[in-house]
Order: sequence, then structure tokens, then C-alpha cells
Amino acid sequence: MEKLFPKMQIINENGEWNDETYRGEITEELTKELYTKMLRSRLFDRKGVNLQRQGRIGTYVPFEGQEASQIGSAMAMGEGDWMFPTYRDHAATMTFGHSLKTLFLYWKGRQEGCIPPEGKNIFPPAVPIASQLLHATGAAWAEKLKGTDRASIVYFGDGATSEGDFHEGLNFASVFNAPVVFFNQNNGFAISVPIEKQMKSKTIAQKAVAYEMEGVRLDGNDVFAVYFHTRTAVERARKGEGPTLIEAVTWRYGAHTTADDPSKYRNQEESVNRRETTDPILRLERFMKNENMWDEKWAADLQESLTLEIEAAVKEMEEAQAPHYNDVFDHVFAENPWPIESQKEAYAHSRGDR
Amino acid sequence: MTTAVDTKKLTMVQAVTDGMRVMMKEHENVIVLGEDVGQNGGVFRATDGLVAEFGENRVIDTPLAESGIIGTSIGLAINGFKPIAEMQFLGFIYPAFNQIMTHASRIRARTLGHFTVPMVIRAPFGAGVRAPEIHSDSVEALFTGMPGMKVVVPSNPYDAKGMLVSAIEDPDPVLFLEPMRCYRSTKMDVPEGKYNVPLGKAARLQEGNDVTIFAYGAMIEVVMKAAKTAEEKGIKCDVIDLRTLYPLDKEMIAESVQKTGRAVIVHEAPGTGGLGETIISLINDTSFLYMKAPIERVTGFDTPVPMFALEDHYLPSADRVVQAIEKVTQF
Repeated sequence: MEKLFPKMQIINENGEWNDETYRGEITEELTKELYTKMLRSRLFDRKGVNLQRQGRIGTYVPFEGQEASQIGSAMAMGEGDWMFPTYRDHAATMTFGHSLKTLFLYWKGRQEGCIPPEGKNIFPPAVPIASQLLHATGAAWAEKLKGTDRASIVYFGDGATSEGDFHEGLNFASVFNAPVVFFNQNNGFAISVPIEKQMKSKTIAQKAVAYEMEGVRLDGNDVFAVYFHTRTAVERARKGEGPTLIEAVTWRYGAHTTADDPSKYRNQEESVNRRETTDPILRLERFMKNENMWDEKWAADLQESLTLEIEAAVKEMEEAQAPHYNDVFDHVFAENPWPIESQKEAYAHSRGDR
Repeated sequence: MTTAVDTKKLTMVQAVTDGMRVMMKEHENVIVLGEDVGQNGGVFRATDGLVAEFGENRVIDTPLAESGIIGTSIGLAINGFKPIAEMQFLGFIYPAFNQIMTHASRIRARTLGHFTVPMVIRAPFGAGVRAPEIHSDSVEALFTGMPGMKVVVPSNPYDAKGMLVSAIEDPDPVLFLEPMRCYRSTKMDVPEGKYNVPLGKAARLQEGNDVTIFAYGAMIEVVMKAAKTAEEKGIKCDVIDLRTLYPLDKEMIAESVQKTGRAVIVHEAPGTGGLGETIISLINDTSFLYMKAPIERVTGFDTPVPMFALEDHYLPSADRVVQAIEKVTQF
């Protein structure tokens, strides 16, 4: 199966060409844009972990190491398309339009963190595993019924493939030829359980065969491979040629969440080694150096401006007005039914508010 | 002056079909999806003829997967459609529970109203039709206890159509429960075209001053029979068809028990955690000092619904309801 679904790569770990098909499109401008977005998300992620350690936000879910998978795929989506993330996909959602402030607010326990900017179809992070595959299929199916060429992308991890909704999502999308890209980030672990205990299959991409669907396996740390192959899948969806299952093989360096300790279930040496070898940002830096696109001053300025942007977002998050308890009550239904209204009144009364 | 309204004699299941047809004609975004709802017209024929009239893009035979039906309906609903999802039986809804509990019912709250899930889940339910195992569950309380869901149960053809129209027009998810025992038990004059029976409003089926009987769905026939027997014994019952289980019609419940001071609550779902407990607490909150006797409940037992050889023992009977009426009046 690994032979049938080879891990597609455009540049290798040393930043050298492996597949020159897209060479004409890999301009300095595109490369710098991808590098900028990856660095931005990494700095955001490190800030998220630090804010949690300092008690300034709640539990945080880090994605460091998965930047190429998320950014390459999100870059392939267009205006009016739909995105269905999990709780680990901020690099994707910030690339597709979420503000950094909103993402920080989510981890500060604020409902506002679930709301996308106007005109951006970004669903709130799915917390139950794999349930979002069906939402993506339904939203894409709606676009098909409306006769548009818009598509959905849905993110999920290797553990999600064990859930029933994984099967139901792929099967419905296949039966109704819905324009969906099922974007799997195979980072090797579902919290602590390694993929060998999750499935006997050698790849996740091969599961597409059961649905008469295109299955693609990628080096998820090669941002070019992710971007171009996801773009092909999106184009196929737009043309009515159906859904695609993409497996982006990647690695998360850190914990599942800030509430667990990865050294309990895996040797963190490997994460240390991978930072030196397969890291997606380092790889792009090597590529840029090889291609004479690298400029130390540009890189230093970028680091500085992104740091400032993130600090500004943290400030905005921390200065956001505290939510009013009315938000607990007022959005369950379009109109409050009497039980909620009377509970709201009683609560206000208990606080001496009326 | 009266306006003549054309009516048709319809069974409840035909009234349900008519409600969907009327709304599908009026709104292009209303679609029906579920198992066997297309060519076959549903296992109870509730969607009979709809695929011929509206085509396969609007009346959709889905793969056999309840979570898939509800999950994709959520995606359709957030993106402009009004899905009417059919669960073949309420007892088969459990695989979809996660989708309803963690997504359909709370997307509006999670996003402070940015995303909403206007959809109707239709499900035949209840015992008494000699159905196979698992087909006869009454688990409405799983959903009345689920924040963000409305739960409604018509007991006759007129209400079924009018409440289905209201459920389809509702901006939030509505679980529309259809008592199988009522599907073909009576025919009734049902207006052609569109009309609404509002959600959240109970109906008084019989006026009386001695004791209030609260029931819904298939239990209405049972309590009406019991009320007749009670009347022969000189006890006049106020019979209330609750119709909407969340949110309950607080005004009518309070008004009736404040008049009678006595109540019997009847449902075929298990007693513990059932609607009866919610109604008792509502009476406690609104009408404690009016009550002349402890409230009686006649319900299904805290047991799985048995196979049908035993289901008549499980289901509340008119006899048990009469005994409860006598108990509260003689207290």
C-alpha cells in the first residue's frame, strides 16, 4: 500500500527539488508568503503555550510541527469555500481568515472565539472526534445543490479515522459526489496512542479506495506538496469530480494539550531530532537559501513584525470586555423559551441586578 | 362571515405528508432525507409521492446511517437548507445522538447566533403496534433534557400537519415525534394548504373541574377513554394534550390545576426522568397552594420496553388511569 500511495514530496528535507512539476509557480513571492504564514503560526503557537503556562489562558492545544500541513492546505481554498477545523487547526483557520485575537479568545474560554469574520465560512472547532466530517460533507453538498463551484475542507487526525463518523462522512460524500477535501493530518499519535494501535493499514490514504475516491499521501512537512496537491483536490471538487482523501504525514513536537506530558507515552528524543531534520519551516529556509531567496534582514524584520502582531493580539484578547452573563441564556434559541427566560431572571435577581 | 376552507379526510401519516408537501411547494430550500424516504416513500409511507413531485435532489434516499443523516443535515442547514431528516424509528436515533447533542442543539449557542441549524428531525415512536424489539422506545425525555432542542408530539391529523408546518418554519432544531399508534387510527378533516398550529401551546380536549389529566401522543386516546369512565362515575376531567414537550405550556398547565387542584400525568415513557417529573416541578413552582391532593403519575416502567407479547402490561391503560383519577379525587 505504501507503494500505491507514495508520500508525495516537492522539496526534500534539505530544501532540494524532488519534483519540479510546479517549479514555474514556485516564485519567490509565493515562497515568502508561505514562509511568513508558517512562522506567524509558529510564533502564535509558542505564545499560546506560554500564555497557558502563565495562567493567562486555559488549556491550549499546540500544533507546532504541523504548520506546513495546515497552511499549505488552507492556502488552496478560495473565497466562499468552507472550512471545518478541529481544535488543533489554528494555523489553517488563521490562514483562511480568523483573527489572532479571536483564536486567543477561544482559549480564554470565550464564545466569541467560535465566531468567524463576516463572510468567512469557518465553523467552530469540532471537539468530538470526526463528527465534523459530516458537517463538511453536508455544507459541500449544499453548495452542489445550489449549483456553485464552492468546496469544503475538513481537518481531522489519525485517531479520527477509527470513528464511525469518518466512514459515514466519506461514504456520504462519495455517494452524493460532494465537493469535499478530507484533509487528514497524520501526526502519529491520538493523545498517547500510536498509529500502530489505531489501525493495521499502512496508510490512511488507502482508505479512500473503499469509497471509489481519490486518495493522496503527502509529506505533510513539505508546504509545497501540501499546497499544490490540495489545490488539485479542490479543483477536482469544483469541477464536480468528487471528494478526495488527503493524508498529510506530519508530527507534533509537543503535547496533545498543555494538560498532558508527552514524555509519558513517547520518547521526546525523536521530536528533538525531527526539529533538526524534517521541520517544515527549517526546510523552507534551506530551500530559500538554496534558491537565493533568503535574506537575513528580511527574516529578522519578519520575526520582529510578527512578534509585534502577536503581542498586539494578546493585548486585544486581554483587554476584551468581560462577557455578560446574558450570553449564557440569550443564544440557545432564536427566542428564549420561558424556562430559560425565567432562569435568566432568577439569576439576575440572585445577583441583585433586578 | 365565514370563509370556506377546503378540507380532506386524512390519517395522521397522510397529514404529515401533506405538511411536508405544502412546505416543499412554498420553500425550495426544504428538503427531505432519510432511509427509504424516496422511491419507497418511507417505511410508514410518510413521504409517499414526494420524490415524484419534487425530484431526487429534494427527497433523498440516504445511506443507512443515522449519524450521517443528522450530521450532513447540520451541514446543509448551516448552508441555507431546511432539512427534514427522517429517523426510521425513534429507537434508531441513538447513533445520531452525538450529532444532535454536541452539534445540532448547540451551534447557535456556541457561536452566539452566527451559525444556526434550522432543521426538523421526524421520528415515529412509541409502543402498542406489535413492532419488533427496539422499535417501540419512548425516549422523548433524552431530548427534552437537551438544551437547544424543541420537542413536539401531535396526537391527531389536524395538529400533525399544523405543527409540522410550524416546526419547519422554526429557526431552530425541532424533534417532531409521531406516535405510531395514531398514524392510521383515525381520519380527520384537515384543511388543504398551509396553516399553523403553534409550538409551545397545549390544547384542552375536554373541560372539567374535578381533576386535570396531562398526556400527549398515543396516550391521548387512552386518557380520553379513562375520562369517559370517570365521568360515568361523576368525576369531570380537564384533559390537556401537551403537544409540545419543550417548552411546556406553563400557562395552561398552571391554569388548569389551579382550577381543579388535582392532577394525573400520563406518559408511556419510563417514570424516572420522564416528563411527569418536570410537570410536577412546574406545578410546584406555580400552583403549590392550590393542590388538594398529591399528583399521580401513570407511566411506563423504568424498564426497557418489553417485546410485544408483554407490551400491553408496560403501556399505561385506561384502567390504570381511572384508578389514578379515583385516587386523587378520593384523597
